[in-house]
Amino acid sequence: MATAAPDPAHRPVIRVDNLRAEYAGRAVLKHVTFHVVEGEVFGILGGSGSGKSTLMKHMIGLYPPARGAIEIAGRDIVTAVGAERRSILARIGVMYQMGALFGSMTLLENVRLPLEEFTQLPLPAMNRIAELKLGLVGLGEFSDRLPNEISGGQQKRAAIARAMSLDPSIIFLDEPSAGLDPITSASLDALVLDLARSLRITFVIVTHELASIFAVTDRVIMLDRRIKGIVAEGRPQDLRDHADDPVVRQFFNREMPEAQTTP
Amino acid sequence: MTIDGPSINLAVDRAGNAVTLRFRGRLEAWTVGTVWDRAMAVLKDRPNQLVADVHAISYCDGSGISLLLELRRHQAEQGRFTLVGANADVQRLYERFCRVEEPPPAEQGPVLSGIERIGRDIFAGLQAFAAQIAFLGELALASAHAARHPRSIRFRDILRIAEEAGVRAVPLVMLLGFVIGLIMALQSAIQLRWYGAELLVANVVGLSLARELGPMMTAIVLTGRSGSAFAAELGAMKVNDEINALTTMGIDPLRFLVLPRLIAALLVTPLLAMFMNLAGLMGGLVVFLSLGFPPVTFINQVVGAVGLQDLLNGLTKAIMFGALVAMAGCRAGFTAGSGARAVGEATTGAVVSGIVLIILADGVFAAISFALGI
Repeated sequence: MATAAPDPAHRPVIRVDNLRAEYAGRAVLKHVTFHVVEGEVFGILGGSGSGKSTLMKHMIGLYPPARGAIEIAGRDIVTAVGAERRSILARIGVMYQMGALFGSMTLLENVRLPLEEFTQLPLPAMNRIAELKLGLVGLGEFSDRLPNEISGGQQKRAAIARAMSLDPSIIFLDEPSAGLDPITSASLDALVLDLARSLRITFVIVTHELASIFAVTDRVIMLDRRIKGIVAEGRPQDLRDHADDPVVRQFFNREMPEAQTTP
Repeated sequence: MTIDGPSINLAVDRAGNAVTLRFRGRLEAWTVGTVWDRAMAVLKDRPNQLVADVHAISYCDGSGISLLLELRRHQAEQGRFTLVGANADVQRLYERFCRVEEPPPAEQGPVLSGIERIGRDIFAGLQAFAAQIAFLGELALASAHAARHPRSIRFRDILRIAEEAGVRAVPLVMLLGFVIGLIMALQSAIQLRWYGAELLVANVVGLSLARELGPMMTAIVLTGRSGSAFAAELGAMKVNDEINALTTMGIDPLRFLVLPRLIAALLVTPLLAMFMNLAGLMGGLVVFLSLGFPPVTFINQVVGAVGLQDLLNGLTKAIMFGALVAMAGCRAGFTAGSGARAVGEATTGAVVSGIVLIILADGVFAAISFALGI
């Protein structure tokens, strides 16, 4: 049975401190500071071009920040190199927007791949673990299918199973609802919530889907391209009901900016 | 690579027909591999009671739970399985994984005999051949339509493809031609020297290039450079539903995509073959000069040996080869499956079928030439 959302006072598992991100010398994010606590479902929100995906790619170590620090489970991913960096990366899982499953491998082989690369488990053990991970996301009977033989929603579930392959404590999801119908999207939200509560996995979700935000996230930050940083932070219900910033209100209430509204 | 981490210990206690597995340490992805086989091995004794004692486990993750569930699954066939000493976290994980629905056993397909498998393979081969004929038929229809409506031909695309497949291939074709001419002249000079007939080196090089090697080597270069590119480009378009988009817009994909490539290949292959011949003759000339003959002798020998008929014979072949390369490439792209791997398979298929078709067609040409005495 699912347990309640974690207390925000719990110990942080991710710390982002004064992050500055740049593309070609131009700042995309400035002075970004926040933390994610253990076991919570944390949302990174914002409009198009606000830097949500950029922030996530910095957090998972794909891009080095121009300035600032990013700690994952107490270890700095920015300065870590070699085995230490691989060790940090092996303890996080990432689901990319389009799933990014390897098309030439079956779902079982996709989920088994991190186990083959990082552990010395015997093959039957790896197969069993991969089968159970696929079972957890409801794809137990599709283990011998290729990614192009299943639907978009199933591909995202399989991508979550692959992200869970090494039992990471943190999983990042990039736009999990993108391209999905509302029912499939809702079932994916339910899966995330189930995994977060029952397996105590910390989820960081990049999204702009309001339904998903209210359904799964415990706490969010909202990025805004005007200030190139965090414009609001808190529980989504609080931001919707009590935010002072007009951009935050418009986002949560699906309003057009005043200058663009038709008379 | 392995990730260093705290270890796991496993002690096995046997009491009569009951076995207790005592785990101590961290039962997780990084450590479970060290005890997996030992733990599973106790099942061979067929205990009627198997107890997994995890009270000394400091941490357990999904991979650790997988071992416990695997033990439970196998033990279910022969006796009881009991998990003892689980703290709240292990119990919660265990219960969650217990709710995973096990997939039904995979259905076994019919077992085919060797003869049935051969029959199926032959049938699949015939189907592929029939599809190839159908493709040719559709292409012929599209060509006939284009001939009646010349404005429907995409000349801009033809020029672009001709530049890519032809102009940019000239340096490679000339380099290969030069080296082939050089090698052929050297090899023939060794043999002809025995008979004091080194003068005939020019004849050998000229005739071989004009009638055979020029067109064939050009076609093989075209297959590797452009046939594969056609297959990859059209294969990627197929994967991205672009070909379906053309069809739903009422645009014939063959006319839109294949015809420009076919026409471009028909145009550039004989020209490239001429460049190959020219460069080959230059390679032969270098060897000829090194044998002590003047350049004018080489030219006289080549002009005397290679007639217009030989040149036309070679150029006709080049045109036919160009058509085969374009069709093999485009057909491979059109029949690509889905996914990134399909594009790679289409490219391989284009090159293999292109080279096979070139050599088969060359054999047919040789037989016809022999029969007609040309």
